Amino acid sequence: MSKTLFDKVWDTHVVRKIEGGPDVLFIDRHLIHEVTSPVAFLGLKSRGIKVLYPERTFATADHNTPTINQHLPVADPLSANQLKALESNSNEYGISHWGLGHQKNGIVHVVGPEYGITQPGATIVCGDSHTSTHGAFGAIAFGIGTSEVEMVLSTQCIMQPKPKKMRINVNGKLGVGVTPKDVALFIISQLTTSGATGYFVEYAGDVFENMTMEGRMTVCNLSIEMGARGGMIAPDETTINYVKGREFSPKGEAWDKALAYYKTLKTDADAVFDKELTFDGSTIEPMITYGTNPGMGMGISHEIPNADQVEGGAATYAKSLGYMGFHEGDSMIGKKVDFVFVGSCTNGRIEDFRAFTSIVKGRHKADGVTVWLVPGSHIVEAQIKEEGLLDILTEAGFTLRQPGCSACLAMNDDKIPAGKYAVSTSNRNFEGRQGPGSRTMLASPLVAAAAAVTGVVTDPRTLIESIKELV
Amino acid sequence: MAYDKFNILKSTAVPLPIENVDTDQLIPARFLKATERVGFGDNLFRDWRYNPDNTPKADFVLNNPIYSGKILVGGKNFGSGSSREHAAWAVYDYGFRCVVSSFFADIFRNNCLNIGVLPVQVSPEFSEKIFAAIQADPNTELEVNLPEQTITLLATGEKETFEISPYKKDNMLNGFDDIDYLQSIKPEIEEFALHLPL
Repeated sequence: MSKTLFDKVWDTHVVRKIEGGPDVLFIDRHLIHEVTSPVAFLGLKSRGIKVLYPERTFATADHNTPTINQHLPVADPLSANQLKALESNSNEYGISHWGLGHQKNGIVHVVGPEYGITQPGATIVCGDSHTSTHGAFGAIAFGIGTSEVEMVLSTQCIMQPKPKKMRINVNGKLGVGVTPKDVALFIISQLTTSGATGYFVEYAGDVFENMTMEGRMTVCNLSIEMGARGGMIAPDETTINYVKGREFSPKGEAWDKALAYYKTLKTDADAVFDKELTFDGSTIEPMITYGTNPGMGMGISHEIPNADQVEGGAATYAKSLGYMGFHEGDSMIGKKVDFVFVGSCTNGRIEDFRAFTSIVKGRHKADGVTVWLVPGSHIVEAQIKEEGLLDILTEAGFTLRQPGCSACLAMNDDKIPAGKYAVSTSNRNFEGRQGPGSRTMLASPLVAAAAAVTGVVTDPRTLIESIKELV
Repeated sequence: MAYDKFNILKSTAVPLPIENVDTDQLIPARFLKATERVGFGDNLFRDWRYNPDNTPKADFVLNNPIYSGKILVGGKNFGSGSSREHAAWAVYDYGFRCVVSSFFADIFRNNCLNIGVLPVQVSPEFSEKIFAAIQADPNTELEVNLPEQTITLLATGEKETFEISPYKKDNMLNGFDDIDYLQSIKPEIEEFALHLPL
């Protein structure tokens, strides 16, 4: 029977099917961090059970960590306590632990791929909804709750009903200044924040085929923002070239065996999806959000729609615009920006900093804007320095912080103050997401750069002198 | 056994007719720093419930004494966003045992089922009826009957059936959880692990 990429990976990992219930799904790789794991370890302790395969779990601290002065003790006692719990739990159960200060420390969804933990055709989970990032490699990767973290630690399995399948095709040539983030925000704006709930998405078409792994990760990362449990892209040469030779990638004979498996990982020609959507990539503009969920996005040159033009109730819509201090019919261009945040598991990779730098090069940070540039990992941080980007950034008045989740969810001190506006390359613009009362506009690193040098929302295409600069 | 058994729940309900209630509202990230599961109920809807100076916001439904009960009725797409189980813990620890909505986000629904909060998905029409009934009479009672898989507006007798997998239903009725099950098939899992492609 014809199968989709998703079917192939899922079916390979089903230990048993329960009549009238979920599948028992084997998990190849499990990533944990300090926030959603401590209670799972407490559960193990209270039940007196061990971690079944400690070599399949990897721990990194990211959500709570400071992004300056990481060599100093963490000042917040609650954060420090969580970091300590991750370390002691990892040590007790024999799990690799990349804590604060460790060379491999960084955002879980950035370091996983960098070290080859992420593999095509694998099942990967983490107590974090943006685990969908790893689907860029043709893995089934999704976020789980803490009870499920405990399940994976104790039995390397979780129990899941098999989701429905959706394919989203985007073909055509992307315009200048249109990045993978814009493609994702565009799709979410079309589907709404719940349009893919109950589905696992496969992204197909030449727009994704032409993307780098970094770009594919950005797209898959945002799958959850339209409600999908995850998204995936069939592995190809780009994927295999990225994976090969990384520290935890298979080597020697194991690599040959893995490669043979990777090559089976594509949707059969006549496989059927529960839902299929197609978009024309050439119509996508640089995107920006104007509301309080990621589905409330639009092309940067557009105007904020009226309530009757959007799905959902007028009261919810009015509450959202009221929170943002925006009005129906407003143009986003020219709106004041107080903060710019570049980073997170969505846009904290080297390409994102290259894109940001391409706009700010030869310009200067606008007065009155606070800009936080937070690399996703030490590898990204080192690349920024090695490629000379840091020199350009410094010249333009910017500084670089240290790796972590930072202002994406503002668990550490990187909080946007109440009422202030941030253009953010992260993934959620929920009320208070970046700090109580903060107002978030999600956008690409290019839009973030344009805001950083002008102090207002600016179409980055007006700052790109040469088309070649970005092609 | 991980939580209280759920059978038939008869209770008044708290209405929250807002769509896309996300996990960052259910429990803001700054309250995720605990290493034990304690105190999350106090911070349920923290920023909708309290002003920055920690005084209660009078216009928020949880601060309105005329509404109470073990059932929370939310708008469409309830629980979207993060995978934080803390959101479900906050709902449970506050005292809710059931959340009713016309549509749930996947991970939140799963998390609820794993910790003993019953997510009941109703039709948009029935959701509207419930909101209207509570608005007309805050003391109106709902009955959520898990064995029968029905939810009933007791004042009028109007009812709807809801879906739950037989496996999860059995878990909720008995207070079992998935770890009990998975532990019981560990030898099968270990055998399976010997034959993986990676």
